[in-house]
Formats: sequence, C-alpha cells, structure tokens
Amino acid sequence: MNYRAVRAIYIFEMSRFFRTITQSFVSPVLSTSLYFVVFGTAIGSRIDTVEGVSYGAFIVPGLIMLSVMTQATANASFGIYFPKFLGTIYELLSAPISFFEIVLGYVGAAATKALFIGVVILLTSFFFVDMQIAHPLAMLAFLIMTCVSFSLLGFIIGIWAKSFEQLQLVPLLVITPLVFLGGSFYSVSMLPPVWQTITLFNPVLYLISGFRWSFFGAADVPVGISLLAIALFTGGCLAVIGWMFKSGYRIKS
Amino acid sequence: MSAIVSVANLDKTYEGGFQALKSVSLEIEQGEILALLGPNGAGKTTLISTICGMVTPSGGSVQVGGHDIIDDFRQARRLIGLVPQEINLEPFEKVINTVRFSRGLFGKPRDDAKIEQILRALSLWDKKDAAIKELSGGMKRRVLIAKALSHEPRVLFLDEPTAGVDVELRRDMWEVVRGLQKDGVTIILTTHYIEEAEAIADRIGVISKGNILLVEEKDALMARMGQKELQIELQQPLSALPDALSGYALELAGDGRSLTYRYDTSAERTGITTLLGDLAAQGVMLKDVSTRQSSLEDIFVGLVEEKA
Repeated sequence: MNYRAVRAIYIFEMSRFFRTITQSFVSPVLSTSLYFVVFGTAIGSRIDTVEGVSYGAFIVPGLIMLSVMTQATANASFGIYFPKFLGTIYELLSAPISFFEIVLGYVGAAATKALFIGVVILLTSFFFVDMQIAHPLAMLAFLIMTCVSFSLLGFIIGIWAKSFEQLQLVPLLVITPLVFLGGSFYSVSMLPPVWQTITLFNPVLYLISGFRWSFFGAADVPVGISLLAIALFTGGCLAVIGWMFKSGYRIKS
Repeated sequence: MSAIVSVANLDKTYEGGFQALKSVSLEIEQGEILALLGPNGAGKTTLISTICGMVTPSGGSVQVGGHDIIDDFRQARRLIGLVPQEINLEPFEKVINTVRFSRGLFGKPRDDAKIEQILRALSLWDKKDAAIKELSGGMKRRVLIAKALSHEPRVLFLDEPTAGVDVELRRDMWEVVRGLQKDGVTIILTTHYIEEAEAIADRIGVISKGNILLVEEKDALMARMGQKELQIELQQPLSALPDALSGYALELAGDGRSLTYRYDTSAERTGITTLLGDLAAQGVMLKDVSTRQSSLEDIFVGLVEEKA
C-alpha cells in the first residue's frame, strides 16, 4: 500500500478546497438560510408539525442530505474529471499506485469536503430552529456513509463524463430530483397512496429517512432497511469503479 | 553495461484496429542517452506510454530494472520518470506544490532540500511560489521535468522535450539532459528533430510505422552510412568537365566555379588523392577545398524511404 500517494492526492485535493474556502463556506450557509426563511418560516408557519416535529426542525435532515449528496457528487466528479480534462492524469497512471489507492485519495477528499459542508449546515440550522439530536453517533455515521457513497458515485460520473456538460448532467437530472422527491421536505405519509408506492423505488428516500431517524427517532422506513440501502448503493458504486479500472474505461487505452 | 529497460516483442493494437507497435524489441543500456527518432505517428509516444503504464500492451513484455511493468508495476514505476509531450499541468497550482505532489505520488517521503535542489537546477527556484499559469511555455516544460525528477528516477523518458521550443531553450534543455546523465540517469527521448538526436544521443533508434528499423551507436551509424562531400572552388570557371575527369563522380556547379565530389569515408580508397592529381594534370587551379559530412537527416530520410 502506497500511503504516501494516497496522502499526496488527499492533500492536493483538499488544498483546492481551502483555496476557495470562502465560497465553500459561504454558499452552503447562505442557501440553507434561504431554505429556512422560505420553507421553515413562511410555509412552516402554516404546517405546524410533521409527525410530532416542528416543520422547521423536520426539514433539517433533508436540507443537510440535499447539500451533502450534491456536494459529494460534484466534488468527486470534478476531482477526477479535471486531471482527465487537463491531461495531468498521465501522472496518476504512471505512478506506482493501485486504482484502489487513487479512489481512496480522491473519494476521501471529496467526502471530507461534503462532510465539512454538512456540519456547517447543521450548525447554521441551530440558529433557526430549536432541536435535539436523538442519536448523535448514528447521525454522524449516516452522514459519513452518505458522503462516501455519493463521492463514489461522483467519481464514476467524473470518469464517465467526456465534457463539462455531461459532468453536470447527472447531478442536475438525477440527483436533485431524487433528493427532492425522496422526502427531504415532507413525510412520505403526506403523499397520496400511489405516490407513496412510487417513492419507495427512490433510493434516496431510504438515506434521508435513516438520517431523519437519527435526529428524531422516527422515520418513514425502518432504520435497518435504510442501512441496507446505503450498503447496497455503496457496494454497487464500488463494483462499477472496480470494473472501470479493470477495463481501463475512458482512462486508459 | 547492462540493460535497464528491456522491451520484448511489444505489440499494441488500439481499439479502432490501428496497430501502433508491431512486435517491438529494444534493450536500453544503463546510463545512456537513447534517442528514438521517427516521423509523426511512428509509434514513439505509444512505446513510451506503454512502458510507463498509460497504455495497456496487447502483447509482449517490458522489464524495468528487472521488474515486469505489469506484474511488478510498483517496483518498475518507482524507477521511472516521465516528461510528457503535452504541457499537462494544473494552472492554478503553485510550482512547488505540484512538484511535492509528484514526489508523494511515487511514495517518497517529503524532502524539501531535494525539491529545492531540483528546482534550482532547473532555474525554477525563484518561481516556486508562482501559479503555473503565470509561467512562460519554457518554464512550464521545466516544471514537467522537475515533477518527473522529484522522486529521483533511474530512468527518464522525455517525450518530444523540445517540440515547439525555441533554439536557445532547446540548448538549455540539452544541458539539463547531459547533466542528468552525469548523475547516472538513463535517458530515453523521442524527437523528430534529427539535430537533437545528433547533438545529445549516445545511441539512436529509428522507428517508423510501429517497427524499430535500427538501433545503433550514433557515431557508428553516421560513419557507417555517412557520406562525405568534397567541395572544390576553382580559380577559373569551367564550361564543361574535361574528358580526363569523366571517370569521377563529379558535379559541376556554381556557374562552373565549383566541383562537388561524393565519397564514402569508410571505403578503402576515397579517390581524393588521384582526383587532386588529375585536376592538377589538367591545369585546373584550385581556390579552396572543404568537406561536409552528410547529416543524420540524410541517413534518416534514406532509411525510412528504403524500408517503407
């Protein structure tokens, strides 16, 4: 195992993040604050409570998930696409490192950035709503698992993408709708029965539900199923990455 | 001397069916400068990219320092530094950070003194904190070399190091390469500038259409295939060659004011002595005499055309 290489990639990627720390920090805080003003205060004042939780607090896990999933995907896809675009990937391919180590470095950095933003949003939300976290350790575990699994997804997108347009296509067309329709801002029980069934096919629902359980001790689907969903999703991403590297898909001729 | 890189029957066929390398075999000696010469699309970059790990070979094998590049890729790659043809660098990154990154990638512990030494040797130390986008083209190329040298490789591949580089910088680059050879680094460079191979290589390999046509000591190659020209300037112009001189491979030029005589330096008799004697006998007065060795370019063009 070439730990130094993993460390070098991780530090190199994180330094890009810290170079733009203001944007990295300000934008999630601002967008979260806007969500709280619009959903929490304006709409929430007419909703009261959802499953015994004030609406403002209810949307916190969904908001964090929305940002974390988008950020993890975007960071990881950009992280590996950029060297491909610039041609600097030659160095990764000619270095004494395995594909596993490359993934570890890039996905590790992307997940760290997403985790950082998730925590910032969580802290921001304490300014707007009064809430307590029922299972803090489980909350952190869910958060980290989501950061890692979506960074893996982002890595796949970054390898697959042939242009900057394609790089943004998947997050825009797939992830954002799935997150919005996955119960970020509402409980599934609030939907008509047909939509409740359809929603069950949305993998993001299980992630948000599990994460919400760690906050309030109640969820749309049992926690065990949420964990299983994350495990399956992570496993699936790993399998795809494994195949990509084995076949040299779009990186090696 | 022993081979530090040995390539055996290397094949590469790209997905579209294009065969870039056709059973290439090549032994690269420790400490030498080998120039791979060939026209565009000859397979030079594919050969280097395969040895360095960016291209998966279709057949054959490569060993670097006795390590197979696939089964034992970590050991093999640790020995190799690569300077690519294109200037592939992160524009917003600082020079020193990208060089440090390269060292880390190859599994070496951080060593600021070593990095400083490399950057100073390449006249980049003053620019260590500059973002790469602020550098000139020549400096960017030197950053690529610094990255390749950051992990102290034993073998350095330079893919067209002086393509699109002005004459002065090209000479600087050659100095750098010679300096590295003194430190014991084996250097393989590809080029399509004959002048470059002639100036710095110990051995020259000619590659065309995926085949290695020959690999030979530069001096031997030039001597073996080298033709010389004797240029004779005359006092009085000649309207035609005297009949007594028709047995020589002579050419009258410059309005009859000069004669060109081609001969082979490796031949037993060059014929110069008798030619000069016969010229004197015909009463031809000489003004000046000079000789010119045919360049590698002439040899190269001849080779590629002959085998094509």
